[in-house]
Amino acid sequence: MESNRYSFSSRAWALLLISCLCGMLFDGNPFEVIEYLFDGAFGTKRRIWNLLRELSLLLLVGLALVPAFKMKFWNLGGNGQILMGALVTAAIMRSDFAFSSPTLANLVMLVCAILAGAVWAVIPAIFKAFFRTNESLFTLMMNYIAAGLVSYFVFKWAPPSSSGTLGILPNGHLPEIYNRNLLTVIVAVVLTVGVYFYIRHSKHGYEISVVGESEKTASYAGMNVKKVIIRTLAISGAICGVVGLLLVGSINFTLNNTLDDNMGFTAIMVAWLGKFNPFMMVATAFLVTFLTRGMAQVQTEFGVTNDAVSNVLIAIVYFIIIACEFFIVYKVKFRGKKANKTADFITADLDKSTDEQSIKEDK
Amino acid sequence: MANVKKTNEYAVMFDNITKRFGSVVANKGVSFGVKKGEVLSLLGENGSGKTTLMNMLSGIYRQDEGEIFVNGKKVVIASPKDAFDLKIGMIHQHFKLVDVFTGAQNIALGLKGEKAQYKKAYKSAFVSENGEKIERSKFKSFLIGVKNLFIEKKNTSFNLKKIRSEASDICSKYGFEIDLNKKIYDMSVSEKQTLEIVKVLFRGADILILDEPTAVLTPQETQKLFNVIRNMKKDGKSVIIITHKLNEVMEISDRVAVLRKGEYIGVVDTKKTDEKKLTEMMVGKKVDLKIDRIKTDFDKPLLEIRDLTVDKDDGSQAIDKASFYIRGGEILGVAGIAGCGQKELCEAIAGLRKIKGGFIMHKGESIVGLPPKTIIEKGVSMSFIPEDRLGMGLAPSFSITDNMMLKTYSEGISPFVNRKKARKQAKELIEKLAIVTPSSETPVRRLSGGNVQKVLVGREIEASPNVIITAYPVRGLDINSSYVIYDILNEQKAKGTGVLFIGEDLDVMLALCDKIMVLCHGKVMGIVHAEKTTKEELGLMMTGSLDLGETKNKEYGKAKDSHLTDEQWQSAKEQQELLKEGENDK
Repeated sequence: MESNRYSFSSRAWALLLISCLCGMLFDGNPFEVIEYLFDGAFGTKRRIWNLLRELSLLLLVGLALVPAFKMKFWNLGGNGQILMGALVTAAIMRSDFAFSSPTLANLVMLVCAILAGAVWAVIPAIFKAFFRTNESLFTLMMNYIAAGLVSYFVFKWAPPSSSGTLGILPNGHLPEIYNRNLLTVIVAVVLTVGVYFYIRHSKHGYEISVVGESEKTASYAGMNVKKVIIRTLAISGAICGVVGLLLVGSINFTLNNTLDDNMGFTAIMVAWLGKFNPFMMVATAFLVTFLTRGMAQVQTEFGVTNDAVSNVLIAIVYFIIIACEFFIVYKVKFRGKKANKTADFITADLDKSTDEQSIKEDK
Repeated sequence: MANVKKTNEYAVMFDNITKRFGSVVANKGVSFGVKKGEVLSLLGENGSGKTTLMNMLSGIYRQDEGEIFVNGKKVVIASPKDAFDLKIGMIHQHFKLVDVFTGAQNIALGLKGEKAQYKKAYKSAFVSENGEKIERSKFKSFLIGVKNLFIEKKNTSFNLKKIRSEASDICSKYGFEIDLNKKIYDMSVSEKQTLEIVKVLFRGADILILDEPTAVLTPQETQKLFNVIRNMKKDGKSVIIITHKLNEVMEISDRVAVLRKGEYIGVVDTKKTDEKKLTEMMVGKKVDLKIDRIKTDFDKPLLEIRDLTVDKDDGSQAIDKASFYIRGGEILGVAGIAGCGQKELCEAIAGLRKIKGGFIMHKGESIVGLPPKTIIEKGVSMSFIPEDRLGMGLAPSFSITDNMMLKTYSEGISPFVNRKKARKQAKELIEKLAIVTPSSETPVRRLSGGNVQKVLVGREIEASPNVIITAYPVRGLDINSSYVIYDILNEQKAKGTGVLFIGEDLDVMLALCDKIMVLCHGKVMGIVHAEKTTKEELGLMMTGSLDLGETKNKEYGKAKDSHLTDEQWQSAKEQQELLKEGENDK
């Protein structure tokens, strides 16, 4: 528990530090920057809703990665899986079917988006399971194929007058609950709880952890490793597909090849910093979304037109967070060498209390 | 100054060494010395701090309190390089050799940094040996310096010929038998170990630390090693041996230093003590060193294996037409040097490895080609403790509870795992086998080797199997834990379970097993009754110099009261051949 407290305070310090840096960069008052940062994130009701929506989307992608990452299957194909879900959704929304029976169309959209995302993730999984290919490279390349496919269909579907962009699709919108953001939030809440129980308490979750630990141990325990790999990636891809569905069917109502907003990668950070615990990931997803949205506001207020400034600042925050992570996990010890020379030495200090036990028992 | 005088006759002297890891004390107030030209055994149970102490001597750790004296001088050993400069060499349990290089090349590897030597050679043109500046023109000194540099380069730079001849000098001096032109991957474990020792000696070590050197050797090889150690001793070198085996301690060492739970108990002269007293020092209480071989009524063969042929991962043959059987209430030992097919045999029986030919019959039913899960359900339990102790059978970062349900997690129709039941089992196991752990939720990799093995063996027995295949269950365990494991196996034997015990220590196998099968390069050299054989005979069979099957012209491993009649075996064989032909036709 102690390390948790440290990790929280270290991140708070990081935020404070960044505000001072902001002040210097913008030639302004650091407190003003913080004010705009919060203003951008929580300033108006609309901004809060937007923050919640973005947070939910990012969290969803993070949740999609958790089963795969728990299995040590480095799924870098979140973007592609989202795009495939989005592409299929858009295809159905364009059809006459969406016009004639919207409710049924919504159901079909859901099923198809899930399937599309799952298929896109299962392809690399099959190759990994049967031919031991490297999944990182494979899933990464699948992103480009998906982006290419989307570009092609957008070009094909776009009305001649619209200079190659697809306008708002009028039919097949998902039902609006309260406003068009709440549905996403609800899905995120449901899946956060769902993924938590799936990973922690289900038999599948147990299998995933064992396979991630050692495939040898898994087959020794009588598990079908290939089946576990493919099934897990199907789930991972399916959640990404749902994100694609929400993006097109409930939020944007249109399709383009940057719809994924690189969430497939950002979510990796969310998942890792949240230590693959869905509830902790809510906090990390919040931090990331808060920074992105707040910084955009800071930029507007100070009249900086160049995107680079806010990107650099966000990068600095990330760097500090990750550096904090290092100091939380490791303890740096300086020890003397031959009177005056000093040699720095880093000792892993992962979980002090229990490690000590093991040292005691170790020969 | 009295202290310095006292430490002068010692090659190494520990003075009140204390090392802590956090709040845990790994070594406390250790003070003893190793004389020049002496063999000292370092004895202690697992977790008693032997390796920690030696790691401090070889520069991997640093003590918190106390001093180390080498040759009477106080020293600070901050890195392995410092230890190396002090002529301290450690031979680790796991060899650090490059597989594709020859012996000589491995010795050449990591020889002292050339840059420093060149610098020294160049500088010697300016400054004479006793530190005075040489009087001559700078240009002349420069030319001489460059000349020295080239001479140095010629002499040192990877001159394999020179290294080889020097190394073979060392070999003949101490009686090593090794071909330095052989590639490491062609070498046996014993040869690799020899090479490691030669490597350390080549670098001029005067103080050698051997970490459990005999764990991987046959009795004959152990004798050879001991002869070498005696030769080194004659040459005035100091040798520290870490070991668990008391008979070896008695045989080789001059003195024995005993540690218990990090505390230094004392040093005794080997001549003035015996195994019993040493054990008492080590454990702190009296221990019965006898392993019982309980008498049971043998049942019908539970597991019958005939003409089993299995390949290794690289496609070479691991098991070559092995035939044997295990009865209920019997412990069959499998002896053999490391890597002669034990692992593949285990995996084949457990259904984890495809077999090339032959039969594995469990209670008269073939289990070849069945999925591992079905084999587990039939009551065949396999546990293999690899060198790192964790590899197969346990998930290292899982808690004991989670490891308990590794094989049973899928029971029941609920989609969720039953952690409550597993936790209960884990707690029972911790109590029953006296596993030292903070809680049942501690990841097993945080436990010490002995406790990890107790978890594994305990879980396997919990499932009440009828055949237990266990490989190296006491690997690296101390006496107390080992005896717990032997007791467990005997208990199972009494219940009528068939046990296949793959072991390392021949003394233990002779005492524990009913029959011993010896493997050499995947071939069965013979199956003998433990009561009627000797260690020497087993050793000869392990190295392949004695093949009982050939010498006695007797067929081994076919039970007279097999579940199947001869005709049934014959028809099974024909069926398999037919299947094979069918596959070939495809």
